[in-house]
Amino acid sequence: MSTPAAIRLHQLTKRYPGADDLAVDHLDLTVPAGEIAVLVGPSGCGKTTTLKMVNRLIEPTSGTVEIDGRPAGEVPVHELRRGIGYVIQHTGLFPHKTVAANIATVPRLLGWDTRRTRDRVEELVDLLGLDRTLLDRYPSALSGGQQQRVGVARALAADPPILLMDEPYSAVDPIVRARLQDELLELQRRLRKTIVLVTHDVDEAIKLGDRMVILNVGGVLEQAGPPAEVLAEPASPFVASFLGEERGLKRLSLLHVRDITPDDGPVVDLGATVAHAREVMQQHRVDWVGVREGDRLLGWHWGTDLDGAGTVEADGIEPFRAVVSPATTLRAALDGIVGSRTNVAVVVDDDGRYRGMVRIDEISERVR
Amino acid sequence: MTPVLVLASRHDRLLSWDWIGDHTDEIWERTLQHLQLTGYAVGIGFVIAMAMALVSLRWRRAYAPLAAFSGTLYSIPSLALFAILVPYTGLGFRPVLIALVTYTLLILLRNIVAGVDGVPPDVVEAAEGMGYEPWRRFLAVDLRLATPAIIGGIRVATVTVIGLVTVGALVGSGGYGVFINDGLSRSFSTPILVGGGLSIAMALAFDLLLTLLQRLVTPWARPGAGR
Repeated sequence: MSTPAAIRLHQLTKRYPGADDLAVDHLDLTVPAGEIAVLVGPSGCGKTTTLKMVNRLIEPTSGTVEIDGRPAGEVPVHELRRGIGYVIQHTGLFPHKTVAANIATVPRLLGWDTRRTRDRVEELVDLLGLDRTLLDRYPSALSGGQQQRVGVARALAADPPILLMDEPYSAVDPIVRARLQDELLELQRRLRKTIVLVTHDVDEAIKLGDRMVILNVGGVLEQAGPPAEVLAEPASPFVASFLGEERGLKRLSLLHVRDITPDDGPVVDLGATVAHAREVMQQHRVDWVGVREGDRLLGWHWGTDLDGAGTVEADGIEPFRAVVSPATTLRAALDGIVGSRTNVAVVVDDDGRYRGMVRIDEISERVR
Repeated sequence: MTPVLVLASRHDRLLSWDWIGDHTDEIWERTLQHLQLTGYAVGIGFVIAMAMALVSLRWRRAYAPLAAFSGTLYSIPSLALFAILVPYTGLGFRPVLIALVTYTLLILLRNIVAGVDGVPPDVVEAAEGMGYEPWRRFLAVDLRLATPAIIGGIRVATVTVIGLVTVGALVGSGGYGVFINDGLSRSFSTPILVGGGLSIAMALAFDLLLTLLQRLVTPWARPGAGR
C-alpha cells in the first residue's frame, strides 16, 4: 500500500480573470498524512476552488500546494493527477465504458498490464462491497449509490496516497448518503489515505472530518480544527452561526456512550425483597426499579406496582425503551432517554450483557 | 415540362421490363458512379468538416463565422452551384463533387460540434482529474461520446447527397440521374422510374445502414444496457 502523503497549502490564492474579489484568499493549511480534512462553507467560499488547486484543475494565482514537501507545480500535471484520486459530485463516470473499464481508467493510463489491472478492479469491487456481476454493466444501469461506489473505486484504482472528494454525496438521497459516509469511514480505517473532502453540509463535515476547515465568502479561513474543538469553541460569530442551531447536540454526536462511565442504576436482582427494592429506589431518588437476572436486565416496575408483593418478580414487567451500546453516540442516547419513561438509557454490550445506565445529567456534563 | 402526360401517349406500359433486361450492365455502372460520387463527397466533406470542428472547438469564436460560411454554401441551389462551377472545372465529375462536398459541410460541422458540446461537463472534468492528456481525452472521451451525433450527421449528409447526385447528371457526373435525363428527353417512363426508384432505394438503404451502425457503436445507449 502507498504511504500516505501530507498536503500543505501555503498562502494559496486564486483570483479568477475579470473578478474583483479573491476566490481563495492567502490560505494556509496543512492536512496531515492519513487524515480527512473537510472544507466546508457557504457557496462562494472557494472550497471547491481550493480542492481543484490541489490537482491543478485550477492553477493558483499565487501561493503553493505541497504534497509530501514537493510543490505540485513542479510535477508534470498528468503525472500529478494520476497520483491523486478524484471523486466528484455526479460521479462523472464514463457513460460509454463498463463499470470495469471505468475503474480501470488510471491503471490503463499508467500502462498496467491487463492481468494486474483486472485483479485490481476485482479487489476494489470487493472492497467497496459491489457485486462482481456489475462489472460488465454500463453506469446508467446502476443505482445512485452504486455509481458513487464505482466512482470511489475508480479514484482508488492506482492506490493513490491522496483522495480529493468534491461534494461526493450531494446527489444521493439522505439514507444512501448516511450509508456511504459510514462506508467511507470504514474504508479510511483500513486504507489511511490523506483525504480532502468538500461539502456544504455541516453535519457531514462533523461526521467525516478529522478536522474541519471552515471557509467564508471570498475564500477566507475562519477556523480549522477537530470538529469537537470547533463546536466547543467557535472562533468567530460567523463560525458559530454557520455551525447553526443545536451545537450542543452536534457535539454529542461526536461522543459515544463508551466515553462516559455508566453507573449501575436503581437495579435489584429478580426475587429480591420489595423492601430492598424500595431502599434502592430511595437511594437513587426514583419511583421505579430495574430488575436483573444474572447479567441480563429484564425490565422495570413502578414502585407503586410493588405494593402488597413480597418479592420482585418478572410478572407484568415493563421493557426499557432506550437500549444503547457503548458505540452509540451520546446524541442518539439522549434521544432515547427523552423518549423513555424512566429517563435513562440502558447500556448493553454486543452480547446483550447489562453494562449500566446513562442519565441525562451525565450527558449534559460532557458538553457544558 | 409535364412528362407523365407525354409518356402515356408514347408507350402503353409505365415500366418496360425488356428495357431493364437490356440495360443491366449500364444500371450496374450508374450504381457504382452514384456510390462513388456519394462516398467521395461525404468522405471529403467529413474531413473538411472535422477540421473546421476542431478549429471551432479550440477557438470558440471561429464557430459562428465557419457555420455562417457553410450555411451560405448550403443555401445555394444545387443546379445554380453546378452552373457556377462548370466554367472553372469543366463538365463532369469535378463540379458535382465540389458542390456536393459544400452541402455536407454545414450538416457535419453542426453535428460534430453539437456532439462534443453535449458531453456532460462532469465527465470531462473527471477525465481531466484522472490525468488524461488533453488530446487523449478528446479522442477517448469527447469524440467517443459524440459518436452518435456524428454518425447522425453522416447519415443526413449521405441521404442528402444521394438525392443531389441525381441532379448532377445534368452537368455530366453520371449516376442514376443519367437515366432520368434520358427518359425525360425521350418521354420514356422506364428509365425515369428506374433512376428515381434506385436512388430512393439507395438513400433508404444508407439511412438504415447508418442507423444500425449508430446503434452498434453506442452499446451503452441501448435500453437496458449491459443488464
